[in-house]
Amino acid sequence: MSSTFETVAGIISETCDIPREKITPESHAINDLGIDSLDFLDVAFAIDKAFGIKMPLEQWTQEVNEGKVSTDEYFVLGNLCANIDKLVAAKAA
Amino acid sequence: MRLEYFQMVDRIAALDPEARTVLAECSVPDASPVFEGHFPGHPLLPGALMIETIAQTGGWLVLATLRFRRMPFLAQVKEAKMRAFVVPGQTLQTEARLLHDGSGYAVVAGSISSAGRKVADAEITYRVVPFPNETLRAQMLETARRVAVPEAFLNG
Repeated sequence: MSSTFETVAGIISETCDIPREKITPESHAINDLGIDSLDFLDVAFAIDKAFGIKMPLEQWTQEVNEGKVSTDEYFVLGNLCANIDKLVAAKAA
Repeated sequence: MRLEYFQMVDRIAALDPEARTVLAECSVPDASPVFEGHFPGHPLLPGALMIETIAQTGGWLVLATLRFRRMPFLAQVKEAKMRAFVVPGQTLQTEARLLHDGSGYAVVAGSISSAGRKVADAEITYRVVPFPNETLRAQMLETARRVAVPEAFLNG
């Protein structure tokens, strides 16, 4: 997860012009870092490219909207990185 | 092209969702109300409409890739460059390549050329969402047939 976090934090810092030191595994992308939905598209594109995956953003959004999970599950960066790791592992399997 | 109706693409000349590429032909009209304002005595195709032309061309590629199940809406334009003036009567070739088919979004790189010379290019991001209503989907399918999107890519 640590290297995944470093990559994701670097992407967010560069894409959203947020100082790297403000980005931690506990940061919530929306509530703490103020990333809006358009910037998140850029972040998603960069993450998809960097890891060779397709994050299921629509499925995640649906789960949040239906109250199945809180936004923390996908927008707290430590959790987001864990989900990325799962997608990478699933792809390799 | 019918600029005042935002009909930028005249004909899809080649479309290959597997290769993720599209090529469109667009003829700039000799006359349009747009040219009365842009600019009086010196008519030019507005740069914003060049970007729209790239966005629509790439949009047909995204629609075909998704077999018209979802609609791409323009969300972001990056690295847009207007490299040369485009005037009434000019013939344009617009090509686009799908860079990424994401979940709920898509990204294409596109360019416009005229007489072998690149006149504009940009990277376009779309939000890709379910059609808001059947009216729009039907209209898009009708327009797709008018611009010669191959029938095989209209449904599936």
